[in-house]
Amino acid sequence: MASNHTDSQGPVWEVFTQKKSGVPYQHAGSVHAFDKDMALENARDLYTRRDKPSGLWVVPAAEIVAVDPGEAAPFFDPADDKVYRHPTFYEVPAGVENL
Amino acid sequence: MEKLHDFQRFIDAEEKIEPKDWMPDEYRAHNIRQISQHAHSEVIGMQPEGNWITRAPTLRAKKILLAKIQDEGGHGLYLYSAAETLGISRDEMIAQLHAGKAKYSSVFNYPTLNWADIGAIGWLVDGAAVTNQLSLRRTSFGPYSRAMLRICNEESFHQRQGYEIMLKMAKGTPEQKEMAQDALNRWWWPSLMMFGPHDNQSARSTKGMLWKIKRASNDELRQRFIDKTVPQAEFLGLTIPDPKLRWNEATGHYETSDINWEEFNQVIQGNGPCNKERMDHHKQVHAEGAWVREAAAAYAARKQEQLVEV
Repeated sequence: MASNHTDSQGPVWEVFTQKKSGVPYQHAGSVHAFDKDMALENARDLYTRRDKPSGLWVVPAAEIVAVDPGEAAPFFDPADDKVYRHPTFYEVPAGVENL
Repeated sequence: MEKLHDFQRFIDAEEKIEPKDWMPDEYRAHNIRQISQHAHSEVIGMQPEGNWITRAPTLRAKKILLAKIQDEGGHGLYLYSAAETLGISRDEMIAQLHAGKAKYSSVFNYPTLNWADIGAIGWLVDGAAVTNQLSLRRTSFGPYSRAMLRICNEESFHQRQGYEIMLKMAKGTPEQKEMAQDALNRWWWPSLMMFGPHDNQSARSTKGMLWKIKRASNDELRQRFIDKTVPQAEFLGLTIPDPKLRWNEATGHYETSDINWEEFNQVIQGNGPCNKERMDHHKQVHAEGAWVREAAAAYAARKQEQLVEV
């Protein structure tokens, strides 16, 4: 994505929209733009033609740091090895409620 | 080999491939070719419809047509973005289009001669396109699949507005009905050609299906389109221009004459009625817009300098 910096249409920006207040922002797609204001306007024209959203973010694609997919499995490994993090790990005696 | 094996297993499990994942070079090339061709089709497809903006019969029709054409431009941009994640720049794609290396759908090389053509494009051309796109929502490349979801959601009004135009004209004066029939006569076959060559003639289909880039074959999708469109034509009281068209009770499908593949090949090779006009127009508009891109780049660079000086 970063290779697009020499593109005559400007660098790539990733676009995130929030459908309504309170819900998480979601990746919508990307746009080309030369600066922040143009990125916001292009993102509005392209990704919010219907269903007025409550929020819009644009982020320079080159600034996003991502896990290398090849390294993802070992990188996320620790997530799986602590079963005691889940409430189902614990035994609740019969008769105990609201726990 | 090990990587290719894992890649296939991942695809077979209906997982999506993301841009930074390992993929065979051929998978990357196949997607770049297909997605950029799809993007170019959306953008070039704005021209035959744009031809009627100033002559739309009512303000309502003009506003609808403008909104639809704006959508098509947007769909082109979604698709260019999806292709760019594979490492090709937008400029390269446009250069390939201008050099004739990248194709776009042959259907847009036909002229829009009367207002009913705008109806026929929405009903038939968008109808054929959406048949293909609904299937492509399940394509294996993540960004392409997500672009298809977005496009299908927006596309649903396009076909209906086209059918509405056809309905008005088919139920209008005898002259209007004649125009509607004329438009159907001219757009029926090019719409069927949109699905591409027969399955046994399509060299690229095998790999495309194996890697789940394509989710249904050309002939399968074409049949789906025919089966749903024939009854819609009957409702309009219009005649599909095919004397051999008949319902096959046993298969549950319509049978048709074969497509004129010579015409298809001629249009693909650049000899359709409007190939030159479409490409000349795209080149001209792109060149005329160059100063805007240059000015925007210069402005952004100057603002950056000022930021550094402060």
